[in-house]
Amino acid sequence: MSQTLLDTTPEGTENEEQPLLQIRNLEVSFQTQRGLVPAVRGVDLTLYAGQTLAIVGESGSGKTTTAQSIIDLLPGPGKVTGGQILFEGRDLTTLNAKEIQAVRGNLIGYVPQDPMSNLNPVWNIGFQVEEAIKANNVAQGKEARARTIQVLKEAGLSDAQDRLKQYPHQFSGGMRQRVLIGIGLSARPKLLIADEPTSALDVTVQRQILDHLGTLTRDYGTSVLFITHDLGLAAERAEQLVVMYKGRVVESGPSQEILANPQHPYTQRLVSAAPSLASRRIQSAKHAGAGDPEIFGEGSLDDTLIARAAERENAAPVKDLISVRDISKVYRIRTKGLHTNELRAVDGVSFGIQKGTTTALVGESGSGKSTVAKLILQLESITTGAIEFDGQDVAGLKGKELLKFRRRVQPVFQDPYGSLDPQYNVGNTIAEPLLAHGVGTPKERQERVKELLEQVSLPWASRFRYPSELSGGQRQRIAIARALALKPDVLVLDEAVSALDVLVQGQVLNLLTELQTELGLTYLFITHDLAVVRLVADNVCVMQKGRIVEAASTDEVFENPKQSYTQELLAAIPGGNFQFGR
Amino acid sequence: MLWYTGRRLLQMIPVFFGATFLIYFMVFSLPGDPIAALFGDRQPSPAVIEQLRAQYNLDKPFIVQYLIYIGNFFQGDLGTTYSGRAVSDVMAAAFPITFRLAMLALAFEAFFGIIVGLVAGLRKGKLFDASALVVSLLLISVPTFVVGFVLRLVFGVQLGWFRTTVSGAAPWGELVLPAIVLASVSFAYIVRLTRASVADNLNADFVRTATAKGLSRRRVVTVHVLRNSLVPVVTFLGVDLGSLMVGAIVTEGIFNINGVGGTVFKAIKLGESSTVVSFIAVMVVIFVVANLLVDLLYAALDPRIRYAK
Amino acid sequence: MPNKPGQAHFVAELEDTPVAAVDRLDENEKARSTWADAWDSMRRRPTFWVSAVLILLIVVVALFPTLFTQVDPRQCTLGNSNGDPTAGHPFGFNRQGCDVYSRTIWGTQASLTVGLLAASIVTLFGIIVGALAGYYGGWLDAVVSRIGDIFFAIPTVLGAIVLMSVLPTATPITVAFVLSVFAWPQIARIMRGAVLSASNSDYVMASTALGVSKFRILLRHVVPNAIAPVIVIATVSLGTFIVAEATLSFLGIGLPPSVMSWGNDIGTAQTSIVTSPQVLLYPAAALSITVLAFLMLGDILRDALDPTARATR
Repeated sequence: MSQTLLDTTPEGTENEEQPLLQIRNLEVSFQTQRGLVPAVRGVDLTLYAGQTLAIVGESGSGKTTTAQSIIDLLPGPGKVTGGQILFEGRDLTTLNAKEIQAVRGNLIGYVPQDPMSNLNPVWNIGFQVEEAIKANNVAQGKEARARTIQVLKEAGLSDAQDRLKQYPHQFSGGMRQRVLIGIGLSARPKLLIADEPTSALDVTVQRQILDHLGTLTRDYGTSVLFITHDLGLAAERAEQLVVMYKGRVVESGPSQEILANPQHPYTQRLVSAAPSLASRRIQSAKHAGAGDPEIFGEGSLDDTLIARAAERENAAPVKDLISVRDISKVYRIRTKGLHTNELRAVDGVSFGIQKGTTTALVGESGSGKSTVAKLILQLESITTGAIEFDGQDVAGLKGKELLKFRRRVQPVFQDPYGSLDPQYNVGNTIAEPLLAHGVGTPKERQERVKELLEQVSLPWASRFRYPSELSGGQRQRIAIARALALKPDVLVLDEAVSALDVLVQGQVLNLLTELQTELGLTYLFITHDLAVVRLVADNVCVMQKGRIVEAASTDEVFENPKQSYTQELLAAIPGGNFQFGR
Repeated sequence: MLWYTGRRLLQMIPVFFGATFLIYFMVFSLPGDPIAALFGDRQPSPAVIEQLRAQYNLDKPFIVQYLIYIGNFFQGDLGTTYSGRAVSDVMAAAFPITFRLAMLALAFEAFFGIIVGLVAGLRKGKLFDASALVVSLLLISVPTFVVGFVLRLVFGVQLGWFRTTVSGAAPWGELVLPAIVLASVSFAYIVRLTRASVADNLNADFVRTATAKGLSRRRVVTVHVLRNSLVPVVTFLGVDLGSLMVGAIVTEGIFNINGVGGTVFKAIKLGESSTVVSFIAVMVVIFVVANLLVDLLYAALDPRIRYAK
Repeated sequence: MPNKPGQAHFVAELEDTPVAAVDRLDENEKARSTWADAWDSMRRRPTFWVSAVLILLIVVVALFPTLFTQVDPRQCTLGNSNGDPTAGHPFGFNRQGCDVYSRTIWGTQASLTVGLLAASIVTLFGIIVGALAGYYGGWLDAVVSRIGDIFFAIPTVLGAIVLMSVLPTATPITVAFVLSVFAWPQIARIMRGAVLSASNSDYVMASTALGVSKFRILLRHVVPNAIAPVIVIATVSLGTFIVAEATLSFLGIGLPPSVMSWGNDIGTAQTSIVTSPQVLLYPAAALSITVLAFLMLGDILRDALDPTARATR
């Protein structure tokens, strides 16, 4: 097994006995209306100087709460109710407000999750960095200004000097994250807590920033505590791992060892569900003869990974169900003054989708992939080009014809929190398309809802529930059921699994594969996540700046990417080349 | 910023004309004889009516009448009061007094409102917060004129700390009690607004990040929480100017102050509609302009707006 | 492995950390709509019941004043002018020698009528105008918004002073309409904003793609999701309309003296406030309690309907 990960440890740390950070039996609870609710229970964790440790877990696992309790950043109702947090032998939980303030920034730096909301919108960037430098007594007066520029340059903002007076909203997400990293490291702390520092960013930007962060912390000898939901990222960036589940540590130790040989059932599940480049397309479990109903209960992919690509390549060419020919979408954007600028969101895109297959449209934010989805769904009109569905030109369809088209092509959107009306219960949500198209009697509609709930493995009793009472995965299953209500031919899945935790994501992907086999559905799968593409797609179109830069079968794109952009995307997948133990 | 200012100025023009037209329309285009309506119960002599018809160009088409009125308005001819004095003259004499009163009231409500709101927001759910909420609700529910009567009775008549009526020159000292009365309702609104805004911002991500930088609690609260919470408070001050004007009519009436409000108060009591209309048209213009200024201040406080295209 | 410090491979006991099925629905929980949720959080607040009981009481007083007093409020004897409370006249007499308690009871009707009517007009009109402007956008939105700006530029009571001083007669209904003329843009603006954000939501896009008609989406999805902030403001505005009516009546251009209202009584009380403050105190207290009840209800509604407040529950 590769040793490169461990090489980041500086010389000489071997002899130090005292860990830099040791958390012992930490308990954190939140005061709610229903009483004290435990969020973190009996967590142990040890981090030595110069090392990098990652806490991995799904949403609600308590990983962020654990990290925030170290420097007392817990939100109002949260309290440390037990255990010790020893930093260089000193218990941080016993410090008073003044003492912990001296630790923050100075000894322990912090890089938060969302770069959009973590800089104060009303102060300029220079002010916010300088403030940290002055507060930690790194430098004062004129020197502080010089130091600010230096910090920002180190964080990767080459034109720092000119941008000091600019405000956060004038920075891109990646640049803001660089500023936040600069702030976190400005006082050269011994430990940096990085809470999902790049999960809001595009993969290529994420890669650059993590590389840069790695270089900086190695140069300064800073220890890093990573918080992440991404097992691949953890495997790549940290030599030590702590896996959390429902507020507890289920497994911890050296990364390589855990990932190669996960012991706890939860870790095993997590490892097997993590998509990577080494994955193969999911085959329907029933088709593969497994027929295990528990497949939805576990969300594991490994048993069902069978390549179908070869089989497909041999099949005779058939006419495309959807054929997109040279479509463009131009938005007029008002800039300063009365000038308007043209934004070509989609620029001469062509591709075709055969019946019963899945085509993935991959790209980073702003690549125009979601616009293509909206154009195909007739939610926006194309500027030039043509879209054919089943041999019929669909651009500019009106009235009855449009309704007919909508019956056959249904969408599932990214945000399962946003795509369901919070005022509609599950039954009404699923029945809505039936009602809108005047399908069946009330009784028949109810039967259909029942059937659909079964198809997405939700109990009949859930029909009275409201979206706010369901989890993200459950909501997405409702959205899929709603999309299937009219027995469509095509589902347009716009980032349909991107907001979900990895296990839930695996579960939904399995469900989609099952449904495709069972109902002969055609999918247009829009995503930014190449690793997921590998699991579900037959063909891939890679988009960049409104254009398709590469289009081929999935295997071809993954094994032999032609374009440098595609190669870059592939290389940026966290833990992409990491061989998970299965 | 320049573009923003220009655009706001452009947007103000239709509002200005629309609002003045509306007022003009209400007075001169409603059913019945506009001149008769202007005077209500007290019918003037036919000679006066004739004179007024000529003065208001009632023989010309309505839109022309309005344009002439607006033209005069811009030349400083704001009409005449019932007693024949030029509105602009009365305004010139009365305005400084009302301006002093309004400044005092604004200072009171902004200073104490923000402080009380800040402390309440920082201690959300505690005793201070609960009492601040109750007091602010009470101040909003009790009409200004009742507050005025009661404070005048207690501090003016019974305790004798303040004069019950303000003298003609209306020096700053005599305006303190009226200013408190005038500020009472807005004070309550500012407390509630600041409190909600502070409580919101306390949970903001950037405040947590500021704490993580190692800043003192004091600095986090003043530089990050309070500074951001002031943005909605400032926008409120603009809208609030409207209620301050109404309040000025009532307050100056109660304390017998010879300001703009007091003049309107007396004119209403005496049924001098033409005076009322002239003064209120000027007040609306001031309100529109003041809101423009507040918009610019808002932009200065929030860079996201300043740099918006 | 070299002898580096680090954590040993630790695996938690399975009994301590049982692994649940992924994303299983708990079938035992009860289903609840957002409105049921809001009701649930409201009925647990004592202030909700206080304001609800107060409002109910005020409505009953307004509808059936004779249940509360048998004294004729217009039966005034000058001999009783500013008289102290006596048996059967618990609040004493005003300057004209009328029974203050009786007048306070009878005055409820006018104030409440103005408040309720103005709030209803403004809310209904504001919702319709705001929803259409926000949802259909384009020139309709431009025209409606500019007209709203113009009315918004005139402070409600200032505009009402002008309009009332040229109107020949005043009744509670005309006062309500006059106040509504200048107050509707506030509700329309709030509704427009709420409709705009609701119609940009994914569920509206989803419904469109599902083939639901545009107008049906407005009625079934957008308006129900946009209405909450308007309900809050409407409740609060009901209170402020009552104050506005009282202010107009106090200035002498609201309701004529022949109509019994709290505003009129407070206005006439100013002449005798020094000698007999009770004449002012009782109608003022009645008015303040009424306004307070609606303000409190508005606050509670805001807490109950505010999604961010619910998220932290």
